[in-house]
Amino acid sequence: MPKIIIDDIEYDVPDGITLIQACELAGVEIPRFCFHERLSIAGNCRMCLVEVVGMPKPVASCAMSVNDLRPGRDGTLPTINTKSETTRRAQEGTLEFLLVNHPLDCPICDQGGECDLQDQAMAYGFDEGRFKDNKRAVEDKYLGPLIKTSMTRCIHCTRCVRFMTEVAGVQELGAIGRGEDMEITTYLERGLHSNLSANVVDLCPVGALTSKPYAFQARPWELTKTQSIDVMDAVGSSIRVDSRGKEVMRILPRINDAVNEEWLSDKARYIWDGLRTQRLDRPYVRKDGKLTPCGWDDAFAAIADRMKTSAGAKFGAIAGDLAAAEEMFALKELAERLGSPNIDCRQAGAKFNPALGRATYVFNTSIAGIEDADALLLVGCDPQIEAPVLNARIRKRWKQLEGHFPVGVIGADVDLTYPYVKLGAGPETLAEVASGKNDFAKILKDAKKPMVVLGQAAFARPDGYEILAVGARIVTERGAIDEGWNGFNVLHTAAARVAGLDLGFVPGEKGFDTGRMIKAAGTGELDVLYLLGADEIDIPELGDAFVIYQGSHGDKGAHRADVILPGAAYTEKDGTYVNTEGRAQMTARAIFPPGEAREDWTILRDLAKALGKPLGFETLRELRAKMYAAAPQLARLDTLEPADAGPIVELARHTIAPGDSPFGLSIADYYLSNPIARASAIMASLSAMHADEEKATGTDG
Amino acid sequence: MSVRRLAAEQPEGFAFTPENLDWAQAVIKKYPEGRQASAVISLLWRAQEQNGGWVSEPALRYVADMLDMAYIRVYEIVTFYTMFNLQPVGRYYVQVCGTTPCMLNGAEDIKDACRKHIGPKDTVSEDGLFSWTEVECLGACVNAPMVQINKYYYEDLTPESLGSIVERLRKGEDVPPGPQDGRQGCAPKSGPNTLTDPAIYGSDDSGPEPGYAGTSDPKSKMPGPY
Repeated sequence: MPKIIIDDIEYDVPDGITLIQACELAGVEIPRFCFHERLSIAGNCRMCLVEVVGMPKPVASCAMSVNDLRPGRDGTLPTINTKSETTRRAQEGTLEFLLVNHPLDCPICDQGGECDLQDQAMAYGFDEGRFKDNKRAVEDKYLGPLIKTSMTRCIHCTRCVRFMTEVAGVQELGAIGRGEDMEITTYLERGLHSNLSANVVDLCPVGALTSKPYAFQARPWELTKTQSIDVMDAVGSSIRVDSRGKEVMRILPRINDAVNEEWLSDKARYIWDGLRTQRLDRPYVRKDGKLTPCGWDDAFAAIADRMKTSAGAKFGAIAGDLAAAEEMFALKELAERLGSPNIDCRQAGAKFNPALGRATYVFNTSIAGIEDADALLLVGCDPQIEAPVLNARIRKRWKQLEGHFPVGVIGADVDLTYPYVKLGAGPETLAEVASGKNDFAKILKDAKKPMVVLGQAAFARPDGYEILAVGARIVTERGAIDEGWNGFNVLHTAAARVAGLDLGFVPGEKGFDTGRMIKAAGTGELDVLYLLGADEIDIPELGDAFVIYQGSHGDKGAHRADVILPGAAYTEKDGTYVNTEGRAQMTARAIFPPGEAREDWTILRDLAKALGKPLGFETLRELRAKMYAAAPQLARLDTLEPADAGPIVELARHTIAPGDSPFGLSIADYYLSNPIARASAIMASLSAMHADEEKATGTDG
Repeated sequence: MSVRRLAAEQPEGFAFTPENLDWAQAVIKKYPEGRQASAVISLLWRAQEQNGGWVSEPALRYVADMLDMAYIRVYEIVTFYTMFNLQPVGRYYVQVCGTTPCMLNGAEDIKDACRKHIGPKDTVSEDGLFSWTEVECLGACVNAPMVQINKYYYEDLTPESLGSIVERLRKGEDVPPGPQDGRQGCAPKSGPNTLTDPAIYGSDDSGPEPGYAGTSDPKSKMPGPY
């Protein structure tokens, strides 16, 4: 623990940190542009210069370690002055040089109001410019549909280049030329190909890289900021929803070291335009084959009418990928009161069974736990698509171990941004690893903290349960379950799934699962099918069943529905979601649902009343009290409790061999995988961009 | 220096000749496993020589693929180093030193002579034989002003002597490199004034004499095509 003096006060600081971090610990702010804690040190902006007593020149505090300081000749501790004349003049000089070529276009710059350069020029800059010559101008670059460039504003901090190379793992951005003519660009201006690319917009300290869809939409001070949770994938990234009036203007990541650090996938960030279009803003009832707008009472009456002539057991309910725990709980209660065992939250048909125990369907290692792992087996998943932020965490671990992080893949060919060994394509390879025949089995066995991640492509198939068991066998036999370590992981793709399983939103005794329900609806075995935001099912197979669709967007499900009950999207309600790790988190209402749409749980509450089967709660608080009693883990928000590993050992004893068809990919089109995304023009343009390139190059992504 | 971009017109493809390929593989082997990228400058330079003095876009990709590097990384390198030409150059590529000592000794006049005999800066003459550009100090200040034509230095120039060099090269004649005013290497202009006693050279009578320095066969230093 080196001792240093910062501005006349002595501090003990941790080994190995840099001066800028030491100053931060001491509560002293050092201005910076290029330094970023999660990126490598570049030391090229020179904004963080400080005076170190004894040094001939000010030093860049981001690039010097506290261990490299030497005491004074008289034995005084190393001394840093951050407020001295030398430091101040260095800061002023640096800013003056940076502003030499920076345009004075703040009034028309989207970064205005949240610009590091603007703020720091105010705080540390010289009060007037002395530069009288021409300013440099730089051609703007094309970086894809998400990132708008104004490269004249670039101050060459290279944060974007370092992010893309180190974190996103895509070597596409670079700095060409040198000196004054240095320019940030991609090779021949192809768009960026990463699901994390738009994080460079947040990283850019000036207005050189801004958000293209958000261009000239709002100023930061006009926006209402709501802290919430993303539901585009099962990672549950922490987000901040910026809204103005009744519109979500943009979505930004929040720092959450346990989940998303400070990154956010492009899909989660740019989904907001989908929240405005294709919205269901009033109830509809199908009359003479045509959906006609109506009032809530009419809609409920139509449902009550139909239910009167139907037995309770002929009712089925499917919960979609974006449903919050509250409405799933309410729907489950309703189905129970109707006497129907036919409920399922596993829309894609994955074979999870909550009765086995929580450890069999969550990401037990936890996302932060990836940073302790020393071997990884990915089965039937593509984290780069299914959970880009989680993939960045795996890549981070691979970098930490300087490449000595064995990764094996069983499944389709994927581009993970780090090297891996393809072991095979299907369950037989998985069985080989389980029985120790495969070379990778030894790697797992030798590893101290091995991880096995099983994806949806491995479960959403008839032999999914058997595959789950083989996975459990690998984990137990290769020593991946130990005290304080559980290497059995399930990577979900839907934000609603774990909460649904926690609530037991699966078929009861003799109940139908999703696939059976769809078939039964087709054959008339089921009279009424309740789709809670479930669109990714085989809609045409539903036959003549009476379909109630509750959801936020007019998508496939709503087109088929006989009654549409307009609900709220995740930015419009306080909903509990459980991420793939089993971490319960809550979204917050940023705006109100459009038109007559309502928060989903109230719809179910009132529908139950209309059916004469009240659910026994009136307020959200009462609902939650009941829900927490049923699934206490949902009450422990933002915390993660290790699940009991016993069920995994139990599961491993199940020895029926799975089939032999290879694993596919669970997401056909990443950008169009849910109703909000399908309503988004930005997602459509991204999807088209990737489809075009696949056609042009014949390669995947 | 100004903003450097790849040429607008690019050839179809690029591949090393078998000799160059052997050479390249030998260079790559110099570096430890996983550090092949260290060979990038050597390979680009060889590609430039093979390609007639400039790096084409296919050549850039070829080198990147050979070293398993991202294209943007190689693109960064070719735009950073001005010794890589991104636009086609003439068969004889004249680099005029314009830094202070040469400038004080008439580099501006040399540039005028280039404009007269070759054409505007950074454009290939109509016959495809010549192009010229201005470069920073080439380290031959004692023989200022000077130019480099392909691999060789032509020193102690006047506009007339440069014009004569260009015209002779254009006719296909051999032009010996080195000082063009009869000076010996970088000895004083008035001739050697030290070590002039023939006795110190013993029986060897190959003492200093005016002419070009170095090898006895001036032809071996002709500026050949790239």
